[in-house]
Amino acid sequence: MSRAYRHNLNGSTLEAGALQMEIKDITLRFGGVRALDGVSFNVAQGDIHAIIGPNGAGKTSLLNCISGLYRPQVGEIVFHGGDRGDRNLVRTKPGAIARLGIARTFQNIELFRHMTVLENLMLGRHTHMSHHLLASFLYYGPAQRQEIRERELVEEVIDLLEIQAVRNKEVGALAYGFQKRVELGRALCMQPSLLLLDEPMAGMNAEEKEDMARFVLDVNDLAGVTTVLIEHDMGVIMDISDRVSVLDFGRCIADGAPAEVGSDQAVRDAYLGQEANA
Amino acid sequence: MATATGVYNTTYRRDFALRHTKAEYFRLALLAAFVVVLPFSLSEYWLSYVNLILLAAIAAVGLNILTGYTGLVSLATAGFLGVGAYTTANLTTRAHWPMPLSVIAATLLAAGIGALFGLPALRLKGLYLAISTFAAQVILSNRFRGWAYLTQGHGNIAAGYPTIGTHHMKSDFEWYWLLLVVTGLVVFAGVNLFRTGLGRAFIAIRDQDIAAEVMGVRVGAYKVLAFSIACGLAGLSGALQAHYRTIVTWENYEIGTSFTFVAMIIVGGLGSVAGAVYGAAFMTWVPAYITKIGQSLQQGSFSFLIRKLPAVQLTLFGLVLVVFLLFEPRGLARLWQRAKEYFRIWPFRY
Repeated sequence: MSRAYRHNLNGSTLEAGALQMEIKDITLRFGGVRALDGVSFNVAQGDIHAIIGPNGAGKTSLLNCISGLYRPQVGEIVFHGGDRGDRNLVRTKPGAIARLGIARTFQNIELFRHMTVLENLMLGRHTHMSHHLLASFLYYGPAQRQEIRERELVEEVIDLLEIQAVRNKEVGALAYGFQKRVELGRALCMQPSLLLLDEPMAGMNAEEKEDMARFVLDVNDLAGVTTVLIEHDMGVIMDISDRVSVLDFGRCIADGAPAEVGSDQAVRDAYLGQEANA
Repeated sequence: MATATGVYNTTYRRDFALRHTKAEYFRLALLAAFVVVLPFSLSEYWLSYVNLILLAAIAAVGLNILTGYTGLVSLATAGFLGVGAYTTANLTTRAHWPMPLSVIAATLLAAGIGALFGLPALRLKGLYLAISTFAAQVILSNRFRGWAYLTQGHGNIAAGYPTIGTHHMKSDFEWYWLLLVVTGLVVFAGVNLFRTGLGRAFIAIRDQDIAAEVMGVRVGAYKVLAFSIACGLAGLSGALQAHYRTIVTWENYEIGTSFTFVAMIIVGGLGSVAGAVYGAAFMTWVPAYITKIGQSLQQGSFSFLIRKLPAVQLTLFGLVLVVFLLFEPRGLARLWQRAKEYFRIWPFRY
């Protein structure tokens, strides 16, 4: 990193290319519906790893399993934390997973609407701060010092994502594109080891998509943060991702470099449908 | 640094400050002068209402932290006023504890019991949680009425005036200063709480609890903590009130009082510490003023109203509330904010 940012946004201590997360045979059932059916693939440190698939393929369900919101009935998700050891994310609570350094954004923007951009980002620092009731009541002293210290990192994220102009605006009043960016920023403020992005470019026009793709690339290039992202725009996927996993009806039908996956017949069938008399 | 074109800060410390411009510091000075002059310019009768406002404000700030900021409705404020009141009355009258110590003990006990009754918040939200706090209120007021031990079988229990040396603090004038300091500290602490990560976590839980959880906020623990703070402050308010009134009876800690506190923070402004104080003032002062007007009617040509006065007062007060909520649902705090904005950009409209 050859630039003015002083804080390292990457929380992982693994070498680039090392195995960071193993998704092993994950099966998730809702009653009789198999949302995920024996999904397995690996995520390497430093990659932009895309998960693609038609609607209802189970992409968001998989992300929810990783961040602990869903609990798969079968399988395990092993997260290699480097110095902090390995951990099976299945049956680990969302809060504990966050403290491992796994940050995420949501498909339908789950920001804290009544807080300002700055406050939202500062909340991203929550796991890195200590919270004592009396110190908070007193404010002056340790609490103030901590606020100032964390603010410095938050300001770097604000610079990186170019949201300086709106930092004191209430998030609920911002345009959609900005909200998406703030949500990415909030996740980045956690200094994540692993960043999960659920459709960061959904509903954007071409220009906004370009911006967002650049931010995702910047974060990955500058900080080396592993990024798992779900996206529908195949053009974006092919351009920015290092590896692609394809889900269809809860099964992982392909996993590999973008070019291989793009020419895979099963993937083409899933996306474009089979020809009637093929 | 305030310039003609806006406020610019060059350090984070300045940026985090509550006040930035000379005008804001001037307003603070004005407020300070006001609270110093106030007790000298009011009659004992009206000063007693100011004291009641200060007492109510303590519990209202607590309730606003719980309901306005953390988004958890509590209908048990009165119950915890009672916990504070009965605790301090028993400790001072029967165990002969000094008053400051017993008030602190009462606050802590109320906070502890509050945490206990806050446990349902781990699983319940919204109306369901409100019902569970209602149950807490019912349990508590039932105990105040039915547990003879609390009052040694008398139905009520005395709580002495605080003493300084041999001097008893009886007058409203003296109480005013004591309450001003305590309420001032509570407001200060409340404002500070939301300048730090802990307060932000509370707001995050209100706005989007799943996202808060995924960000590593210990949602359950913080919900219980919010209950504990709110109930502790209610206990503090109740304990001080007990010594102020010198008698503790169960009538003061019924569900109606809880609703009054909910109304207080809604009128004052949900999610605003200052709003809790405005609400406390509004809900204490307006009924008192309506009563005063009613009394003055006795001489005039409206004396036929006297018989129906209590009903008229309640109706009028309810009407004021409804009209207020219709026209400013975000409360007095928002009204004040808008007024400041209006004068800041005057003579322009926007």
